Amino acid sequence: MPQPWLPLPVSGQNLCQDAAFKDGIWDCFRAFYVHKFRAVLGKNRLIFPGEKVLLAWSGGPSSSSMVWQVLEGLSQDSAKRLRFVPGVVYVDEGAACGRSREDRAKTLTDVRQILQTLGFPWHIVTLEEVFALPPSVLRCSAQDPVGTVGTYKVAVDSFLQQQRTLAAEGLRGSPSSAQGEEQPSQPCTQDSQDPVGPPPAAQTEALSQLFNSVKTLTAKEELLQTLRTHLILHVARTHGYSKVMTGDSCTRLAIKLMTCLALGRGAFLAWDTGFSDERHGDVVVVRPMREHTLKEVAFYNRLFAVPSVFTPAVDTKASEKASIHRLMEGFLLRLQAQFPSTVSTVYRTSEKLVKAPRDGCAAGPRCLLCMCSLDVDSADSATAFGAQTQDFSQTPPPTPRAKAGAPAGPCCAAGLGGAPNCWQGTRPCGREGSRARVLEHLCYACRVTMKDVPCLDPLPPYILVEAQLRSQRPSAEIQEHLVENSDDEAPASGSGARGPPEQEGKEARAARDCINKNFFN
Amino acid sequence: MPAPQCFSCHAARAALRRPRSGQALCGPCFCTAFEAEVLHTVLAGRLLPPGAVVAVGASGGKDSTVLAHVLRELAPQLGVSLRLVAVDEGIGGYRDAALAAVRRQAARWDLPLTVVAYADLFGGWTMDAVARSTAGTGRSRACCTFCGVLRRRALEEGARLVGATHIVTGHNADDMAETVLMNFLRGDAGRLARGGGLGSRGEGGALPRCRPLQLASQKEVVLYAHFRRLDYFSEECVYAPEAFRGHARDLLKLLEAARPSAALDLVHSAERLALAPAARPPPPGACSRCGALASRSLCQACALLDGLQRGQPRLAIGKGRGGRDKEGPPGPLPPPPSDPESAPGPAAGECGAACKERCE
Repeated sequence: MPQPWLPLPVSGQNLCQDAAFKDGIWDCFRAFYVHKFRAVLGKNRLIFPGEKVLLAWSGGPSSSSMVWQVLEGLSQDSAKRLRFVPGVVYVDEGAACGRSREDRAKTLTDVRQILQTLGFPWHIVTLEEVFALPPSVLRCSAQDPVGTVGTYKVAVDSFLQQQRTLAAEGLRGSPSSAQGEEQPSQPCTQDSQDPVGPPPAAQTEALSQLFNSVKTLTAKEELLQTLRTHLILHVARTHGYSKVMTGDSCTRLAIKLMTCLALGRGAFLAWDTGFSDERHGDVVVVRPMREHTLKEVAFYNRLFAVPSVFTPAVDTKASEKASIHRLMEGFLLRLQAQFPSTVSTVYRTSEKLVKAPRDGCAAGPRCLLCMCSLDVDSADSATAFGAQTQDFSQTPPPTPRAKAGAPAGPCCAAGLGGAPNCWQGTRPCGREGSRARVLEHLCYACRVTMKDVPCLDPLPPYILVEAQLRSQRPSAEIQEHLVENSDDEAPASGSGARGPPEQEGKEARAARDCINKNFFN
Repeated sequence: MPAPQCFSCHAARAALRRPRSGQALCGPCFCTAFEAEVLHTVLAGRLLPPGAVVAVGASGGKDSTVLAHVLRELAPQLGVSLRLVAVDEGIGGYRDAALAAVRRQAARWDLPLTVVAYADLFGGWTMDAVARSTAGTGRSRACCTFCGVLRRRALEEGARLVGATHIVTGHNADDMAETVLMNFLRGDAGRLARGGGLGSRGEGGALPRCRPLQLASQKEVVLYAHFRRLDYFSEECVYAPEAFRGHARDLLKLLEAARPSAALDLVHSAERLALAPAARPPPPGACSRCGALASRSLCQACALLDGLQRGQPRLAIGKGRGGRDKEGPPGPLPPPPSDPESAPGPAAGECGAACKERCE
């Protein structure tokens, strides 16, 4: 028998304490729950009427709850109806988790069953499709100016005006429904995307190989998340969605914040855990479930029979100590049991983070994988990054063991938890070069993740191609820069830094130093 | 299986593997590398200019012992002179033994030592007395909060006594990593905004403080102490088990098992945090009582001592507590507001901020 009242940590309110054991209590809860969802959307005023919004559904409880709320929100009477145009995307990640074809097909049947009842266009994509992604998915598109409050109000007013006009016309003559919205009244299957059969075995094999080669579960989770994000971004761009909604709950976001902190993503916390994430430019990721705790989600889903599909993930059977993600989750939930305000405290602190000012996405080079502005320092700075790249263990006189052709400075390639063949220095230059070419475009955290990926060749081609393009592209600019600042020594070649000239030179030098020292090998 | 050759000198057999990089090194080469890295941190971070008189906060523990030893080796190169400053908090059975270790070090290294005691500086309040006072309220964790704040003040006093221009403390990367974890878990946005760098420049008359060992991992500090055969005091403070930092420490241990570079990754995150201006602490002024750096009318140390004197030891702990700025006469006072006592969650500034965190 459920409790008569629910302590809701985020808001601190105790709901309906005096309602005792009435059935109406659950209406109260439902109203509050839905209200939170609408309030988060309304407060932020980022989703314009008529906008196409892609709902990223993982099958899990939070995203299922989100999809359900959108469904309910669209079917309400016109005053309270949600005004955007939704679609749903589901990513089948079975290949990365080592699931069999039969299991995946079974899950997809369940998934389809639920999607068909929703009535909006759906997109089922398999993770194998990353092998077909274009390199342009990694580029930040020009951003449409984010609407100000004034613009939002204007847009809403004009939308409502449009509705009224259409309704009036409908009453006059047209026999069709008076709604006049873009949303179709029946399932729009021609817009839906569903793979006809299982993906090509070669691609599944390639994906399995990639994930099996990753040495730690932490790196696997990070890589999976990166690829999934790129895939969803691509689906959104292809089908004209300008927003993506993810179902991250308050609890999930608190865990995510602490995890990102531990992974070295302190610079990007506001994007990783805030309400909106506009790092991609044209497609903005929003998190409308961020004020709902997992407990509330579970209650709601149970009470209102929200359908969901359990899909095993990469870490489903792993021990708690296997990855930073799992560790942090376990730690926070345990601490929460002892100090019940832990999650809400972390969440409230996350609200105080700001996105460090950046005008547009052209300023400063961006990470190849996570698309945040690079947060690396120069290789010899007195910072954590500098500490990882410098090494004072080797004295200058080279011995036969030192790499042929290596610079006289310190070389810390060997024994860094990398492949044993690093020691011998017999690795062909080309392979080293291509690895360095990818690493120099990554932020600190992505570099640490890639340390656990011994060979970058199994990565999907779009990543390698884009890395190559970035390495080659601005050399003309660098040449120009070096002529102007002739007091700098040693020309850089093949470094892919972009951005304003002073920073560019420094970045190029830093990138070159980092590669020469071969740290993250 | 015989040990591999030292990666650096290729002459001796390796005696250890560096925790972070896995490199195999012999003892002397490791110590050389460690010292070179600390030197680099000090130079690249411009922490100690030539001619500085550096007060080393010496507790007798491994971090400050290693710090003092390394700085002593590097002092000629840096052009600085060193003074040891030890703080006697008056914790029976613990501090006396630690101070004995500091005295031995000072004698061995021939460095001037000054000991400042809480009892002298703070009107007879030793940590044991504070603990007795706060224990009455049922939450003895709070004594760590006192110790941290008071120790910082005591160090500052001691540094002034010896005419120092800079203060250094032995915080290592693990300490900084624990601090950032702890500040997030407790929602201490103010401290998050302040932290992250290698130290503070010293605003408003306070001496600049820095942490040359900030980028060195704790394991390496212990290894260095081992190979240089340093004599230090290794027991834990008797009040430490109750501090909140213990949770962060446990978490860090787990994280390092999953990813060896976790401490440095956290330090990197801390360096790059961007907090809203509203969350940052207000620009500091001067304490109306003692003139030290303070963000309110009374500095934290004076406020805490005030509370102790008035029999309200929890007066200045936690945010926004009433009665803090009032300098009323002692007498029957209303009992302290009971809200944080009964609430289960940790509030900022409360819950035993373990001493190390404040000493910066």
